[in-house]
Amino acid sequence: MAVERICVVVVSGTRERLQMAAMAASVAAVSGIEVTIFLSMNAVPYFVKGASANPPSEGAFGDLIVTKKAPDFKTLFSQAVELGDAKILPCSMALDIAGIEADTLESYVGEPTGLSGFLDAARGAQVWTF
Amino acid sequence: MNFDKDLDARGLNCPLPILRAKKALTDMQSGQVLRIVSTDLGSVKDFQAFCKQTGNELLSQTEASNEYTFFLKRK
Repeated sequence: MAVERICVVVVSGTRERLQMAAMAASVAAVSGIEVTIFLSMNAVPYFVKGASANPPSEGAFGDLIVTKKAPDFKTLFSQAVELGDAKILPCSMALDIAGIEADTLESYVGEPTGLSGFLDAARGAQVWTF
Repeated sequence: MNFDKDLDARGLNCPLPILRAKKALTDMQSGQVLRIVSTDLGSVKDFQAFCKQTGNELLSQTEASNEYTFFLKRK
């Protein structure tokens, strides 16, 4: 049976995990799957407007992503929204702790959401965590 | 085979061929045909799964000189 709803939880701030999350989310979204992405912890600061998509690598592969000019994770997340109607929800707790105002986030990022809101969105969906 | 729009995805790695195809299909009418040429090895399985998932029809797929050509009919 085809998967119809996926929630992607992104908490990592490393290149490989952000990249894999963005690849999976964008392809799922343009394939007609309802995708909700919940950003928290170390992932959040990269989604402030103008923040570079240049996180530290976990290993050699992360460096290859850059040298081989793979599309960066922010571009892929934005295309998940633009082309596939994915929703990207920033964690309200993470914003608060990091001192980040919601209106400073990239335009394709949605409204701050708490865990209750996320759990509601995730009900009945597959949940993938990066 | 005749086609209405052409997408050159040569040199692009996963997931860009699929994302570019989705973008191209968005601008097309139902029944129109999109030709895609890719060099990504994974694109064969990717476009089969993409069409199965989205309901667009994979009319044909061929390989020549490490280039993969797909004809997709928009649903």
